[in-house]
Amino acid sequence: MTKVRVAQLSCGPEYSGVQKEIDEAAAAVDAEIFYPDINLADIRRASNEFGLDVRSADLKLAIARGKALVEGKVEADAVFIATCFRCAEAAIVRNELRRYIHENSKLPVVSYSFTERTTAGTLLTRMEALTTIARRRALLAREVQEGTTLGVDSGSSTTKAVVMIDNEIAGTGWLPTTAVMKSAQDVISRALDEAGVKIADVEAIGTTGYGRFLVGKEIKADLIQEELTVNSKGAVYLADSQHGPSTVIDIGGMDNKAISVQDGIPGSFTMGGICAGASGRFLEMTAKRLGVDITELGPLAMKGTSGNVPMNSYCIVFGTQSLVNALAAGSTPEDVAAAACHSVAEQVFEQQLQEVDIKEPVIMVGGTSLIQGLVRAMGDLLQTKVVVPHHSQYIGAVGSALLSSGFIKGE
Amino acid sequence: MAKVFIYPATSLILSDLVARFGHSPLSAAIQIRERIQTPGLDSPPLQITPEEPKKGLKYAAVEVPSGVRGRMSLYGPMIEKAEAAIIINDADYAFGCMGCARTNELIKFLVRSSGIPVLDLNYPKSEGEGEEFVAAIHAFLKELGESG
Repeated sequence: MTKVRVAQLSCGPEYSGVQKEIDEAAAAVDAEIFYPDINLADIRRASNEFGLDVRSADLKLAIARGKALVEGKVEADAVFIATCFRCAEAAIVRNELRRYIHENSKLPVVSYSFTERTTAGTLLTRMEALTTIARRRALLAREVQEGTTLGVDSGSSTTKAVVMIDNEIAGTGWLPTTAVMKSAQDVISRALDEAGVKIADVEAIGTTGYGRFLVGKEIKADLIQEELTVNSKGAVYLADSQHGPSTVIDIGGMDNKAISVQDGIPGSFTMGGICAGASGRFLEMTAKRLGVDITELGPLAMKGTSGNVPMNSYCIVFGTQSLVNALAAGSTPEDVAAAACHSVAEQVFEQQLQEVDIKEPVIMVGGTSLIQGLVRAMGDLLQTKVVVPHHSQYIGAVGSALLSSGFIKGE
Repeated sequence: MAKVFIYPATSLILSDLVARFGHSPLSAAIQIRERIQTPGLDSPPLQITPEEPKKGLKYAAVEVPSGVRGRMSLYGPMIEKAEAAIIINDADYAFGCMGCARTNELIKFLVRSSGIPVLDLNYPKSEGEGEEFVAAIHAFLKELGESG
């Protein structure tokens, strides 16, 4: 397999001690990082032409490299933009460069702000998604599911399975993730039973999510794929939005994804979240504290007003503290539920959605998309109607089943 | 002989000048090349580990970006050792440059506030300014030798 060449545009990774981690993450997905060759004399000129007057020479170098890629002077398969976390100047360059490359080239691009604690493991899924988009464009272009396929999403909170037959969802299975393999086997059995087929009838299998490698190896999956590309594919498929632009938001149990999609293929994306206060986990904790099932949190929030409760769950501990204080001060469970939803949506909006270009339709997927209060809060912040497709909680499994059908005929 | 910190620390010309006057330059062992094929303009010759940004906490607080702290773990001890310093502002990249503007601001501040003799010059833009520039450096280094 040819190595995917990822152009690195960066400021600070070496002096932060994380260049090795970036290289390792790339090597793990059979990609290689390279630094576009730039003449010293061209740096100031390119930076001036770009029009962003920054002081740091390495940021000017990153801009010159970005321009060289867009102008076709340097060839690459994908672009990785990385700068120090907490550097305002670098954040501006990172954002504008990402937008510039996204709008002026077909190169998949991901941006990331690191600290000295960033590890190869943190970067792996992002790097895997970058290389997938570069390497498997033909597979990602698939719009119709064919034959009988199985998709398994082994997530951090829940495990999901979907059996698809001739472009229809025939069976589903859903369970909280406990032991990774057992959870996977149980949801697969449920999905197969509901679809009325046996595992021997399945022509191709795809896995995604945190447990994708373990589960994929065990059940001999044809496709083992990170959730960024799989979920965006599943989202546009279910929302019937496979052509043109769209934005996919997945607020997960452990991390959040925001993906700019064009014709079903991710162009740029962010993944992560500063704290669990911006994740589905916080909503689970809120439901527990309110004494309701997580499935009841959404309808409860719809009856409340978020503005009635001061809550800033930047950190899950302080968020929970606000929640306890509000209840002790006599706030209604409805208002508290609405405030928790608003707080999570606001953090995702502030921290992640600023790093992708929001283009309609905005599609929310994953288990948290079933919490209506969260969807409403996100819609209010984005000032748009958020689309939640049917089976949105099975998005990874659907994406895997759809994409894996490409393996039946050996695409 | 004085230990002279130079800014930009990557300037070979400045480092040579300091050495030629019998002083010991405190500088980075990095050469700015005409073609850049490394992650940064002043990529370190040896691998920096995540421990370096932690050591840099001596010079900059934790909310300062890790790249600044990693650089400061190298340049901070040099500034502490320095008995004199030469700062060249807005130098041409080929003369010597350092990739991070925030680190540059901090380095220059620490040097200027350390109390050691500092020659603070702007990079020359004409031949005439160039002659004055070289003469000023000569005079500074010569005086350091005499006073030392």
